[in-house]
Amino acid sequence: MSAGLTFTYGVVRILNLAHGNLYALGAYMGAWLVLGWGSSAMPVLSYLLLFAAAVFIGVTAGPLIERLFLRRVYGKEEEIQILLTFSILLILEDVIKLVWGVSPLFADKPYIYMGHVRLGGVDYAGYPFLLTGIAVVTGILLWLVVTRTRFGKVLVSVITDREVSSALGVNVPRIYTLAFTLGAVFAALGGAFTAPMFSVVPGIGAEVIVVSFAVVAIGGLGSIGGAALGALLVGLARATAVHLFPELDVFAIYLIMALVLLFRPQGLFGQVQARRI
Amino acid sequence: MMKTPLLSVIALIAVLSPPAAAQTPAPRAAGAPKELRVGIVTLLSGPASSTFGIPAKKAADAWVEKINDEGGIGGVKIVPVLTDEAGPGDKVVAEFRRLAADEKVDLVIGYISSANCVAVPAVAEELKVLTVLFDCGTTRVFEEAKYKYVFRTAAHTGIDGIGAARYLLAAKPDVKTIAGLNQDYAWGRDSWEIFSRALRKLKPDVQVVETLWPKLFQGDLSAEISKLLTAKPDVIFHSLWGTDLASVNSQGRVRGLFRQSLVIHNNSAFLFKEFRDLPDGFVVGFRGTHWPDVPDPARNPLQKEFIERCTKKFGEPCGSPHGSYHMVQALQGVKTAYEKAIKATGRWPSVDDVVKAFEYLEFDSPSGRIAMGVGGGHQAIEDSLYGTVKLDPQRNQNVLSSVRVFPAKCVNPPDGVKTLDWIDQGFRGAQCP
Repeated sequence: MSAGLTFTYGVVRILNLAHGNLYALGAYMGAWLVLGWGSSAMPVLSYLLLFAAAVFIGVTAGPLIERLFLRRVYGKEEEIQILLTFSILLILEDVIKLVWGVSPLFADKPYIYMGHVRLGGVDYAGYPFLLTGIAVVTGILLWLVVTRTRFGKVLVSVITDREVSSALGVNVPRIYTLAFTLGAVFAALGGAFTAPMFSVVPGIGAEVIVVSFAVVAIGGLGSIGGAALGALLVGLARATAVHLFPELDVFAIYLIMALVLLFRPQGLFGQVQARRI
Repeated sequence: MMKTPLLSVIALIAVLSPPAAAQTPAPRAAGAPKELRVGIVTLLSGPASSTFGIPAKKAADAWVEKINDEGGIGGVKIVPVLTDEAGPGDKVVAEFRRLAADEKVDLVIGYISSANCVAVPAVAEELKVLTVLFDCGTTRVFEEAKYKYVFRTAAHTGIDGIGAARYLLAAKPDVKTIAGLNQDYAWGRDSWEIFSRALRKLKPDVQVVETLWPKLFQGDLSAEISKLLTAKPDVIFHSLWGTDLASVNSQGRVRGLFRQSLVIHNNSAFLFKEFRDLPDGFVVGFRGTHWPDVPDPARNPLQKEFIERCTKKFGEPCGSPHGSYHMVQALQGVKTAYEKAIKATGRWPSVDDVVKAFEYLEFDSPSGRIAMGVGGGHQAIEDSLYGTVKLDPQRNQNVLSSVRVFPAKCVNPPDGVKTLDWIDQGFRGAQCP
């Protein structure tokens, strides 16, 4: 989720408030597919359905949003970009209600299939380990794509200098669409695979985007490695607070964010950018 | 030739006969208006809509139809004006003013959120609009203020915690340690305060070993469940709802939380399809006797009719019992108060006449007999229902077992006494079986 948010920002330079809705769309589509076609006789099918849901949402909603809306505000004032993505957030919120209604979708079978493991005398669900594995694999794949493929090299050149890349013959608008779609797939992947952990209800997108912003602010906007470290820090902060100071549970996340921003306003891995004149 | 006059007579009878439903219309009170406009305010969007708001809306649809089928109130048909409760408090108050000024409603039935139930009454008093709070739970409405035009036809949250404590001591009398897992806002804090205080009054040696306050709709409760698994309390009390409730059920079941501790939940507004997946041994409670077989449709014709009307209209019950039964209670309260006022005045009543009739009113509902017993006659008291989820292996579905109904006067303080004071005083005057 945070990787998608920071990746999108890194390329198209738009802070996408509707990123949480792509997460929500992935969650709804994943839960809907699992409820409709998941089978206890073939548990692996449920995981494939979750993956298919994420890809479907990413490759349909991603290009649609980028081509219809975002393309018109590249390079414009940040206020306009924020207002536009906030409008998309509200529109998608209602689209979800129109398509799936307001009743919760509860598809916890993929979570239950994974059972539990006992560590240090405490039972832990197996499913979060799967999520960790997916996050690690996704991160490695993303790194390989960016550093080892032609597409990645073109992407880096567009991030570094859009004008020069365009002058060299790179189809910049196409790269933007592809990058935004990839970010959308990441968001939907996050939604689809976390859906089995809780009921999917209207409003989950807005809930998750707030923590995602904290994660990318800690890691540094535009940095995928930073997003990974930010997510780790936020998770550890929450778990530590719950165990030692339950009253400070939520506060702990934002305390870390405030401390990081105080000493490194660009985030742990963010780069200070020279202002172009 | 004989056929024509016979057919004519039959046709004449058919034309002159009114439709079946209107054959015995309620007599129209003198000075009655053309229609009774009722603002219905419930959550139609947002995370609480599916389990609370939409069931209430469906119940209003079904029950207004029933009242109108039977001729309305005092011969006047109800015209519902539906409004979404979702949004911040100032928007909800503005909507209330719109209902009164623009929609010209005669009364308002509404509000699931306790915050709205605290914000709206002052405006209702200012505008002198009869307002019936149908579902919100906070004890503050009538324990910290007095209102003339405001009533609440459902019990407040006091019975959730007191009922839970009483049920727990009956189910597990040797309980020594408890833990709380409640959302970090007024509802979670109040629920825990009432339950833990009531339990420690009834069994002073009980120790609180953990209190956790996850953020509202946090979803992932892994850290909290780990903490509860290491704390190993005998009993875990929680008041989670929405996505957090689903999370603790699935995450807690996989991780053995329900095997390790007895988990008790207050105010269980489950949809029936959610109930099918609840873990075995989970103790659930209801604010009022709202369950398909409690009180008992065979003995309570209104409950039977409510279930039948919902099933006929929507193909299934109106949704979670919490919101739906409470909505019907409000409509029944309004109907009974108006009819009492009409009888007393001999004409269509003024709002002050209805207020007078409403105070300390008793009326029948699908949940049984409801008494406006406290808060100066403005606040209803209800029985408290608790039971344990049990998997019936024969039917391969969950059933509510070990059901206990605590009478209203066992779990509600007497009129004029605040809930927490009543607990601290040792439940003086409680009438328990």
